[in-house]
Amino acid sequence: MAKVNPTRMELTRLKKRRATAVRGHKLLKDKRDEMIRRFILLAQREQKLRIECDNGLAECAVRFADVGASMGQAAATEALIYPVNSAAISVGEQNIMSVRVPTFKVVQQASKISLSYSMATTPPELDDAVLQLSRLLNQLIELAETQKACEMLSDEIEKTRRRVNALEHVMIPELDQQIREITMKLDENERGTLSRLMKVKDMIQEDVG
Amino acid sequence: MSNGIAAVGDRGTVMIWRAIGAETVFCETKEETERAIRKLAKQDYAIIYITENCAKLIPDTIEKYKMSKTPAIIPIPGRDGKTGFSEEALHRVVEKAIGADILFKEENN
Repeated sequence: MAKVNPTRMELTRLKKRRATAVRGHKLLKDKRDEMIRRFILLAQREQKLRIECDNGLAECAVRFADVGASMGQAAATEALIYPVNSAAISVGEQNIMSVRVPTFKVVQQASKISLSYSMATTPPELDDAVLQLSRLLNQLIELAETQKACEMLSDEIEKTRRRVNALEHVMIPELDQQIREITMKLDENERGTLSRLMKVKDMIQEDVG
Repeated sequence: MSNGIAAVGDRGTVMIWRAIGAETVFCETKEETERAIRKLAKQDYAIIYITENCAKLIPDTIEKYKMSKTPAIIPIPGRDGKTGFSEEALHRVVEKAIGADILFKEENN
């Protein structure tokens, strides 16, 4: 621990610092609590979306596997090789407790999906699979958004928690200790001065008497 | 800022993404996947969907992009179906934030 000068000025300074630390601690703690609350909501949403997306994608994969089985993997690949749609996404920004997380929005309408292949040469399962996936697109994008938000928020929560703990368990006790030390030193000095004065007074009275 | 989406993984899973206009990259090995992710990230793709099988190969690379705004790298079930990778990732994030995995215990009850 740093050695401090036992002066009144130092004491005032330390007391001010302690007040600031306590205030900062309270604010950070509130911030942490609110962030955790938001985070739990986001994580629950992510979990729900994740289940929906996984199920949807699994269904889609089964359908596409059927396509591959009925018309051959190569032909199925060929049907899709030329991209006719471009899934453009606009990236925005959202502020959750001063953590800047991205927001994603589909620019193109998902309902107006155009097919890159001829319906005559492909089985209907392929259409099903494509439509299924395009229906799922909005959820998939929301999943991406929530997952990213969760990741970034969890990092920030960890940082904030560390700051709260550092203030609570290191900085504030240290300041308390220093304040106590100075107060004790000052009191001791005062007692020393007082007894010296009494002694001097006694000596003077003896001289007079 | 307008960006696209991309899908990375085995051919069978990722091919269908082409139909909705995602950029697709086929890869099987660790090196291929890593190169694909790096290239897509450089090209400003906003969301990269990656099969769990591939995601498992490159945890470090995924970790690297976690804190940047884009790309968001999202695992999806691949050829072998769900492997529990994405759930595990969510559990880890929750644990990191809260300190304990309270969220899912509550839901199990």
